[in-house]
Amino acid sequence: MNKILEKKKLADKTWLFRVEAPMIAKRRKAGQFVVLRVWEKGERFPLTIADADPVEGSITLIFQSVGKSTMLLGELEAGDQILDLVGPLGRPTHVEKFGNVVMIGGGIGIAPTHPIAQAMKQAGNHVISILGARTKELLIMEPEMRKASDETVIVTDDGSYGTKGFVTDALKKLIDSGLKVDLVLAIGPPIMMRSVAELTRPYGIKTLVSLNTIMIDGTGMCGGCRIRYNGENRFVCVDGPEFDAHKVDFASMLKRQQAYRDAEKLSMELLEKAESKPGHGFGEVGCTFHRALRPDGADTAMVSGGN
Amino acid sequence: MSGNASRNEKLEALLERFPEMKPKDKMALDRQPMPEQAPEERRSNMLEVALGFDDLAAQLESLRCLECKTHPCVEGCPVGVDIPGFIARLREGDFEGAIAKIRETNCLPAITGRVCPQESQCQLKCMVGKSKKDVNEAVSIGRLERFVADWKRAQGKTEALQLPPGTGHRVAVVGSGPAGLSAAGDLIKMGHSATVFEAFHKLGGVLIYGIPEFRLPKCIVQAEIDYLKSLGVEFQVNVVIGQTITLDELLEEEGFDAVFVATGAGLPHFMQIPGEELIGVYSANEFLTRINLMEAYKFPEADTPPIRLKNVAVLGGGNVAMDCARTSLRMGAENVYLVYRRSEAELPARAEEVHHAKEEGVQFRLLTNATEILAGDDGRVRAIKAVNMELGEPDASGRRRPVPVAGSEHEIEVDAVIEAIGNSPNPLIANTTPEIKTTKRGTVVVDEETCRTSKKGVFAGGDIVSGAATVILAMGQGRRAASSIDDYLNTGVW
Ligand SMILES: Cc1cc2nc3c(=O)[nH]c(=O)nc-3n(C[C@H](O)[C@H](O)[C@H](O)COP(=O)(O)OP(=O)(O)OC[C@H]3O[C@@H](n4cnc5c(N)ncnc54)[C@H](O)[C@@H]3O)c2cc1C
Ligand SMILES: Cc1cc2nc3c(=O)[nH]c(=O)nc-3n(C[C@H](O)[C@H](O)[C@H](O)COP(=O)(O)OP(=O)(O)OC[C@H]3O[C@@H](n4cnc5c(N)ncnc54)[C@H](O)[C@@H]3O)c2cc1C
Ligand code: SF4
Ligand code: SF4
Ligand code: FES
Repeated sequence: MNKILEKKKLADKTWLFRVEAPMIAKRRKAGQFVVLRVWEKGERFPLTIADADPVEGSITLIFQSVGKSTMLLGELEAGDQILDLVGPLGRPTHVEKFGNVVMIGGGIGIAPTHPIAQAMKQAGNHVISILGARTKELLIMEPEMRKASDETVIVTDDGSYGTKGFVTDALKKLIDSGLKVDLVLAIGPPIMMRSVAELTRPYGIKTLVSLNTIMIDGTGMCGGCRIRYNGENRFVCVDGPEFDAHKVDFASMLKRQQAYRDAEKLSMELLEKAESKPGHGFGEVGCTFHRALRPDGADTAMVSGGN
Repeated sequence: MSGNASRNEKLEALLERFPEMKPKDKMALDRQPMPEQAPEERRSNMLEVALGFDDLAAQLESLRCLECKTHPCVEGCPVGVDIPGFIARLREGDFEGAIAKIRETNCLPAITGRVCPQESQCQLKCMVGKSKKDVNEAVSIGRLERFVADWKRAQGKTEALQLPPGTGHRVAVVGSGPAGLSAAGDLIKMGHSATVFEAFHKLGGVLIYGIPEFRLPKCIVQAEIDYLKSLGVEFQVNVVIGQTITLDELLEEEGFDAVFVATGAGLPHFMQIPGEELIGVYSANEFLTRINLMEAYKFPEADTPPIRLKNVAVLGGGNVAMDCARTSLRMGAENVYLVYRRSEAELPARAEEVHHAKEEGVQFRLLTNATEILAGDDGRVRAIKAVNMELGEPDASGRRRPVPVAGSEHEIEVDAVIEAIGNSPNPLIANTTPEIKTTKRGTVVVDEETCRTSKKGVFAGGDIVSGAATVILAMGQGRRAASSIDDYLNTGVW
């Protein structure tokens, strides 16, 4: 179970995994995610289901290695197993014929917009996608998104590809052009989602965002993923992950994401230290992280780097 | 050694005299103390606090039982363990017989012996405690139960059970807490096949992710699960029923003949006071899950970061609150305040946990209620705003209602707040299976005798039915459901 069937590098530190998961592939709908764990002492962390093939019984995950857990996942190869994989979690995107739907994907956030764009198009919407990246090399999934959309606009922060600017600039231009925008769905860094929300608010355009709070169980039992929404608590993993952007308290959400910054940094530093050791590699003495990743790596003892 | 030798002699002398001993003589015997880790030592480790009786202490304690004909203690036990029956065997040194007696009704004695609220169940009714007008003088039934179960586990071998021929019926059990585990165990012994589906990556429910290691070592829960595996119970982790696969699909596509829903009460309540979104505010579930399930106390050896805390306010007064408070100490907190709005008499936690918490240095702020959580400049918790309470007229629960004392507002400086004010049933299954009737509180409606829900072939039990309750009640319902499922499978009549 959970065998990696294919591994592909999409950009720097950005990977595509096709993973065997027949039960999830059969049921998942656009907008849902999985929670996974890479090794015996690993964290549980969420990734969106970017695509699925129910016939083959596989799902596609696209992720960026930003910290220890996503880094360790990125070290797995085709043929390896993911230790734990549970899903599909969260509520699916509500898909119907709205009219003109603008999909906004920023950075790695492009991956989760893909299945939604597909579903929206299939439901008869006119889908315009705005894809943003810091620079050309970091732009992912352009061909797939073009295929899933009726129109595609590309922006980069540095102007190395498409138009120079932010996704909000492109969205503003669309709105100013007089196009009747019926729905905006934005996924990306929290700051980007907040900017989109602020832009569409005065126009009264219905805007959804898919929130990426820190999660543990992903099934509604810890409350760690909670946000303030319209003055109330909401659990992103079971009430979301999509919410009406105009009701989300982004300020407190942004703060909560920083809660474990020091610990995350320490984890990464220890990982890097372990990686630079001689004899590093699977099954070799040097790196216990990697040995632990392997099912045959009997020893799960860790580098000692602090207590 | 000499101490033990003289205790041995004492035991032998007493055993010899036992046939002639009058109730009065038995009542004159001292209650055996429970060996424990010293408070100052245990507050910085995760090891079990209570170390358990040795053979001698257990046998000496067993002599205190009057073996009452009316055995009121048995009525106090939710599953009706034959208490005088097992204690008599224990007294005679027949530990094997004692465990067999307990297991007739209780399939998780090593666990219930540790975590049952005995002082409000079996021991509350015990004649010895009653005569001495002190429940703390009752026969230590729970500790004896634990002793016998631990003795059995230490023998290492589980007898090969003669399972009846397979009936060909397949039952799905949803949730691997005490309700699910005990149902699965009974079903397999009845010849049905049982498959347990668990949402988490580890089995055991609250026994694993909630109750901490220092109160219930995880190896004990694991031993129970291994035993069920050896009997042929199948376990599938990482399956969220309602999400990965629905109840309807289990019945219609996966070929299960019946389903037992035992998904517990895992949805945390929040106080709904200002400041709950701040960094440093946790539900008890999140706090305990990080530490117990994800082993964050081993960070950075384990990847899940722990919660850094120096001064902690735990809101609530039940077992869950005690566990959070005592875990906080073990995570290195300097000051742990237990903030509870009623008085000591109303604390719903087990008496032993309250006692241990006090010994370890938890500071009880009783008749105090948190009204707001205050932020520092960095968006982290700085303090809680609290108000003193006094007890007024009895409310619907029969307990006196706490009312705020005007002008008593004050601040308690803390950097973490853990809310342990209760859980409701997880709504996932009810949401995805509308045919299953639920109450306003979110609990699943069942027929009390048969554990049948409003959907054909679906049974439910444990906290999902009763709301947050106890291990022994969950276990009892699991067993009742198993026998009712057996009836249904044999007769086909709903
Ligand atoms: C519903 C959901 C769907 C997601 N889908 C995807 C996806 O398809 N692809 C993908 O690459 N990532 C996705 N994420 C984010 C992913 O879960 C995080 O990148 C991951 O948990 C980081 O773990 P880590 O140990 O590698 O990094 P950490 O060391 O935990 O963190 C490294 C850095 O990432 C930030 N970070 C931590 N957790 C999150 C988070 N949940 N979201 C955003 N930033 C975070 C930290 O603040 C820190 O700066 C999703 C998150 C959610 C909640
Ligand atoms: C911190 C804490 C301390 C406690 N202390 C005591 C004590 O000292 N004494 C005592 O008697 N009681 C105590 N209790 C209460 C006791 O643990 C519970 O009453 C008991 O565990 C309930 O058992 P259950 O089998 O109904 O549910 P649970 O033990 O809650 O198990 C339910 C299981 O179902 C799983 N699940 C949920 N939804 C799904 C789904 N959709 N699909 C698949 N699986 C699912 C959950 O992950 C969980 O593993 C305590 C509880 C807590 C939280
Ligand atoms: S199961 Fe609990 S209540 Fe019953 S005898 Fe044992 S300790 Fe007492
Ligand atoms: S009530 Fe007390 S003394 Fe009587 S049989 Fe039960 S445990 Fe023994
Ligand atoms: S991740 Fe635990 S409730 Fe959402």
